[in-house]
Amino acid sequence: MDVVSLSRLQFALTISFHFIFVSINIGLAWFLVISEMLGWRKRDGEIYVQVAKFFSRLFAVTFIMGVATGIVMEFQFGMNWAGFSKFAGDVFGPMLAAEGLLAFFLESSFLGLYLFGRNKVPRRIHWFSILVVAVGSTFSAFWILAANSWQQTPAGFIIIGGKTRLTSFRDAVFNPSTMLRFFHTVDATLIVAAFFTAGIASHLLLKNKRIDVAKKTLRLTIIFGLIVSVLQIVPFGHEHAKQVAVTQPEKFAVFEGLYETQAHAPMVLFGIPTTSPQGLKWVIEIPGLLSWVTFGNASATVKGIKDFPPEEVPPRALPFLAFRTMAGLGLFFVMVMLYGNVQLYRNKLWEDKKFLKLLVWSISLPVVASQLGWIAAEVGRQPWIIYRVMRTREAVSLSLSSEEVAFSIILFGLLYAFLGALYIYIVKREVN
Amino acid sequence: MDMNTAWFFLIGFFITGYAILDGFDLGVGVLHILTRDPHERRINVNAIGPVWDGNEVWLLAGGGSLFAVFPVVYATLLSAFYLPFILLLVSLIFRAVSLEFRNKVSSAGWQYFWDLSFGSGSLTASLLFGVMLGNLLQGMPIGKDGVFTGHFRSQLNLYPILIGLLTLTTFVMHGGIYMTLKTEGKLLERMRMHIFTSWIAFVILYSIVAVRTYFIAPFLFKDLLTTPFSWVAGTVLIVATFYIPLAVKQEKYLHAFLASSVTMACMILITGLGLFPLLVPSSIDPAYSLTLYNASAGPRTLTAMLGIALISLPLIISYTVYIHRVFRGKVVISEESHY
Repeated sequence: MDVVSLSRLQFALTISFHFIFVSINIGLAWFLVISEMLGWRKRDGEIYVQVAKFFSRLFAVTFIMGVATGIVMEFQFGMNWAGFSKFAGDVFGPMLAAEGLLAFFLESSFLGLYLFGRNKVPRRIHWFSILVVAVGSTFSAFWILAANSWQQTPAGFIIIGGKTRLTSFRDAVFNPSTMLRFFHTVDATLIVAAFFTAGIASHLLLKNKRIDVAKKTLRLTIIFGLIVSVLQIVPFGHEHAKQVAVTQPEKFAVFEGLYETQAHAPMVLFGIPTTSPQGLKWVIEIPGLLSWVTFGNASATVKGIKDFPPEEVPPRALPFLAFRTMAGLGLFFVMVMLYGNVQLYRNKLWEDKKFLKLLVWSISLPVVASQLGWIAAEVGRQPWIIYRVMRTREAVSLSLSSEEVAFSIILFGLLYAFLGALYIYIVKREVN
Repeated sequence: MDMNTAWFFLIGFFITGYAILDGFDLGVGVLHILTRDPHERRINVNAIGPVWDGNEVWLLAGGGSLFAVFPVVYATLLSAFYLPFILLLVSLIFRAVSLEFRNKVSSAGWQYFWDLSFGSGSLTASLLFGVMLGNLLQGMPIGKDGVFTGHFRSQLNLYPILIGLLTLTTFVMHGGIYMTLKTEGKLLERMRMHIFTSWIAFVILYSIVAVRTYFIAPFLFKDLLTTPFSWVAGTVLIVATFYIPLAVKQEKYLHAFLASSVTMACMILITGLGLFPLLVPSSIDPAYSLTLYNASAGPRTLTAMLGIALISLPLIISYTVYIHRVFRGKVVISEESHY
């Protein structure tokens, strides 16, 4: 493999692994903010403090995994993508720097205060410290997503002498996809946290351990989980897809498996991509639905893959399948949480062993859905590193050899497999 | 002072903040290997526990700022130092997870493994920072457009290794001084011994490095004696260095900590003034050297970044001071200790 493919593989590996912990943590930080706040209640506050103490230990381990794998991300642009960094540093760099200075400093500094300061500072300052961690993580997400969005829908710059030059920092940060991507991604982390906490609470109920903590957690997180899962479909996911249809139409056509430009475009519910001829087999589709969902008009025309220059169309199979599976999982999350709320309302949740087991088994599914969403978004951005501005193959470091990158992939691969296994082992130990 | 010059010094400020703050964490990590008793090891990790993560952000903030204001330097250095940086990242990853993992299982073997990993991660990282700095100072084989044409093996010669040992001893001394603020009794006694040993090593190494540098990178001395600013910094450096053992002897540990912080700040300042206006000297042709003008971002980026820095730095400094104050004083291990 060449340096470009290897560097892409390495970036995919390191960012995916990093995002597992990020996606658990942002939502979990907000869960702790709520639990610590409910800890002030006279009637049952003490139990919520127990809930917070219990989950703060898991939070700490997850946070450190996020920090450890995050350091790699900050430097990888220069290490493997020197071409990109030299070309786009002017616009892209400030967003990464802002993340460090305005967000990551906050969360890392105040995490220490939260974890070590329970008996050292007044209670409201202790609560304030986890609030700052949650706000800081969310700001971090904002800046990183702004940087990523700029790669998808670049704005606020001109090109002079073969380099980007910033013209408006505001336009670059608030480019056409930033806010929609931000809401979609942050809501995803809330769903991840809801299922993470619900699954662990169900496990405790099934094992008959820490019953008080488990019941409070499950009640809180089932209600919260329903709200965030519904919001993810309408408006966040839906609006984000509509925006992609306008700003990156090739990516949208690939997501939806639409090959021919047509009015009354169908929504493909199922299909398997084929290579020759390029298309889908075993298709189940609803006529006109895609046009209607995207443009609010069943007779609207949607552009198909065949109408784009072939060298500008992303790989078709992976984004198509990843996008579809993600959307399917999103619907599944709504149904699970809806059922949970019905059972909670009927006061049958605690005895519903089958449903509790389902929740335990579903812990990892929102993490999977988030990963699939990113695969769809990033593979769907190819062949560009900056959409219609710079190609991925022009972006790599010229001084690197394939051997060096292969070596680092193997090293990171082994290290991350080891750390991933340890993480699961430690979380299981902490829970039991 | 123009915007590029301001940013030259701001990057120096980030490096100084990192050296002073994460420097003591790394030093404590190295000293951790020399600490045998399990209870004392717990004191070590809890001494830096509440603050190390915030300290490490100085590295990320410095890296991000370098990317934004001198993108060519960021891209050139990181791709040139590909393998050392991979090793640095792996060391920092091991260091970070060791702290969190080590007390999660109460078996001696488990803790021994993570103690070793914490110590060796800190040691490797401290060495590598110096090795990379040494390579930069002796000039790097960078050609046109800042493309590195050298080799990993060529980066491991005597001068960079000397600088690596110097950063290592500096951090060990600084970490030892931090620990005197956190410990009592026998552990405190041993930390004092470590400070004296590493101080002697530091003085000897720094003298050797200064002489070597005069032959390898004479341009660093070009205006050491002609600009009064450098002259002042040099004097302060010498006074602060020799005050360290004195303060430790008199048990004025906070003074010793300030003195070693000032020592590091002056070392970085003098090196920076020597480099100015270069950022990365090229060993192929001085015309290919990266300077604060030919490697910088555009004026709008520099302005936007200055705005971000001016908003964030006062905040960062105030809450960092607040948090360090909350956790000041000797470490007491209790049920509530997180590590």
